[in-house]
Amino acid sequence: MRLEPREQHSTAVMILYPALALLASMIICALLVMLSGASPLSVFGLMVKGAVGTPFAFLETLTRATPLIFTGLAAAVAFRAKLWNIGGEAQLYAGAVMTVVLGTGFLPLPQPLLIPVLMVAAMLGGALVLSIPTFLKTRFGVDEVVTTLLLNFIAILFVSMLLEGVLKDPMGLGWPQSKKIIAEAQLPKLIQGKRLHFGFIIAIAAAFALWIIDRKSTLGYEMRAVGHSPKAASFAGIPVNRVLAKTALLSGGLAGLAGMSEVTGLKGNLTLDLSPGFGYTGIVVAMLALMHPLGVIAAAIFVAAVFVGADAMSRTAGVPSYIAHVMVATSLLTMVTAIMLTRYRVRWR
Amino acid sequence: MGKATAGERETVLRLSGITKRFGALLANDDISLTLQRGEILGLLGENGAGKTTLMNILFGHYVADAGEIEVEGKVLPPGQPAAALAAGIGMVHQHFTLAENLTVLDNIVLGTESLWQFSSNSQKARTRIQQLAQEFGLDVNPDAIVASLSVGERQRVEILKALYREAKILVLDEPTAVLTPQESTALFETLKRFVAKGLSIIFISHKLGEILAACSRVSVLRGGRLVAERGVEGVTRSELAELMIGRGIPQTKAEVQKAGNVVLGLHGIHARHNYQVLDGITLDVRAGEILGIAGVSGNGQSLLADVVSGVAVPIAGTLALKEVIISRISPRVMVNLGVARIPEDRHAEGLISDMSITENVISESYRSAEFAQRGFISWKKARSFALKIITAYEVKCPSPEARVRLLSGGNMQKLILGRVMANDPCLVLANQPTRGLDVGAVNYVHEQLLAARTRGAAILLISEDLDELFSLSDRVAVMFRGQLSNASPRESTSIKDLGLMMAGHGFKTGEQSHAA
Repeated sequence: MRLEPREQHSTAVMILYPALALLASMIICALLVMLSGASPLSVFGLMVKGAVGTPFAFLETLTRATPLIFTGLAAAVAFRAKLWNIGGEAQLYAGAVMTVVLGTGFLPLPQPLLIPVLMVAAMLGGALVLSIPTFLKTRFGVDEVVTTLLLNFIAILFVSMLLEGVLKDPMGLGWPQSKKIIAEAQLPKLIQGKRLHFGFIIAIAAAFALWIIDRKSTLGYEMRAVGHSPKAASFAGIPVNRVLAKTALLSGGLAGLAGMSEVTGLKGNLTLDLSPGFGYTGIVVAMLALMHPLGVIAAAIFVAAVFVGADAMSRTAGVPSYIAHVMVATSLLTMVTAIMLTRYRVRWR
Repeated sequence: MGKATAGERETVLRLSGITKRFGALLANDDISLTLQRGEILGLLGENGAGKTTLMNILFGHYVADAGEIEVEGKVLPPGQPAAALAAGIGMVHQHFTLAENLTVLDNIVLGTESLWQFSSNSQKARTRIQQLAQEFGLDVNPDAIVASLSVGERQRVEILKALYREAKILVLDEPTAVLTPQESTALFETLKRFVAKGLSIIFISHKLGEILAACSRVSVLRGGRLVAERGVEGVTRSELAELMIGRGIPQTKAEVQKAGNVVLGLHGIHARHNYQVLDGITLDVRAGEILGIAGVSGNGQSLLADVVSGVAVPIAGTLALKEVIISRISPRVMVNLGVARIPEDRHAEGLISDMSITENVISESYRSAEFAQRGFISWKKARSFALKIITAYEVKCPSPEARVRLLSGGNMQKLILGRVMANDPCLVLANQPTRGLDVGAVNYVHEQLLAARTRGAAILLISEDLDELFSLSDRVAVMFRGQLSNASPRESTSIKDLGLMMAGHGFKTGEQSHAA
């Protein structure tokens, strides 16, 4: 058995194979659900209902998708340029720290001014965190996969230190949590009384902005060229290191926005459970979206729906909500396989 | 056909009806040939004629779709390199497969001993290697580290490696590509000694002179088919050339033209990168002339090209364009100053193979006012520029959106030519511009270089193909171990002089010459 590159990419194949991939992952998960003694159909039914079945459920899915769009975009923009940023988690927390440092009363600005200031600060925080590994990579050739990954642990321990120290809420009954942000720093809700907030709109706007940068701007062109072949890019006169530095600012900044959006839109303060792995899940989102900025929106909503749906399902059906992780993982594997098959055909013998 | 020369001698290798298809490409089409004991059979063909595919099938790297291989009357099982080795087929690749950090002895023994024994019997191996070296006249020190050996010596190690494994049939793939003319002649003598001792040799080449000098019989491949078999006596170069190409070779000849002002001036350039050094390079290239740089590969030509391309920054020395010293050398600076750069490796450096033709033609100029405004690229203008190049340079492609990976080598080179020649460059740096191209594309590249010369561009041509250098250059210089000889006019230079210089004669380190 071997693989042969396809000469042409037919549109039918491009649509059919990803659809088959989703079907295949559902079949695999159905088998697992059957192992735990439940009926796959009712479990999937409950999941769909729990994720998109009611207006409340759907809004909850979009709320959960918001940070995933940011971290998904962060991963996509970096991976496009072959800057392997595995540190979305660290950058997210850096953004959140900047938000609570400036947003808990330090800057007494009106809302229309404070929100943009917090956005910029959070982006700078995330960008700074990713700039360190990127500098080490371009200057000394240090592998950024290792450094960005390890920075996640450093960042979380650092946040833990802050929450036990300078940022600790004196009124927090001893819990490791920061003070609440002031009212002017809060992102407005999109619908009165619901959890979905303005961060979702910012996320969608960021995706479109990135799409335009990618397609139309010289920076987007440079990032793609560097991603495909640093050697050829550098020969043509594209300043590879400078492009990687810009990519790092963009990617880290987007992950930082995820932290800002969660704090100002949803949680109101910083705790150690701000992110249940949004930084890592962003990588999955980016890969499912084939690194396409608009695809990231769809992929993030899909992944969020699986998680929200699984939570709802496990409450009624008694199947552990861990099935959500398995579903996301299998759909990623089948999707990656399908994408390879859109580029290559299999020849038996 | 060549049957007459075969006589009643014993056939050691017989390929019958070998056919191999890669997708739509028929790489080998019903090829049959025989090799007699004690002969050197030339396998002549252009790049892409199917020589390498055929040898990969012989070696079991590929499985033929049809056909059979017999060694000394026994059928060779397909697709098993181990079986080919056991049957006594030895291959000397064009790119050596030696571990540089090991000794000659270790390299030769590597892979022949069981992994389960505690110590290797190096005394026995040493005796055997010395015996072989003496018997076949392959002088090399078994304890030398391979990294310290010259290219000619490494080739001898490769051949010894095959002989150590008791090869009876030796396949040499373009063995002279890395040798000076004198080293090549010495190699041919060695090969003749081999066949006198009963070995048989397949000699793969696309150079006519070598085939005539080294072989007793020649098989010509063209477009995957065996088009002729001839004894070498009575065959002329032009006859072979026509068989190989299917038509006469068009001759490119540079008209005499008066050179103008100095465009590129290098003075005392020192540089160092990846084992390559430049040791005080000084040269001038004038408007309207082609300066050819000859040399055995790996003597610093690539680094010289990198410096002129702006990729490598020299440690010392100055680079001047039109008599202005360039203080900050970078690829972008060189491009903006009107230097057209044709890189040695068009896949890795010249083009971004996974991007489209449009994206590739603007890679040097995407920031210029022509294509970009306020940080945004006008893809409409970029596309029409790509279309212009495609038409003007006859690039065969489905559309400007096609990924460059899908183009043939010749079309890739035309695309690069189109990109770099667009702004009427004052200097053209062409590093191995025709390597791996078929004759038609070679000719096209030559014409383009000569046209640039006529327009008054200065051209620095680096090549390992002496014929190319002689047909194009106004002046020729030789590089050896990072040094450059004085350039002399083509009319007062002979291939023989160049060969001696390529081996180090006349250089400061010349006494270390390694001409075999």
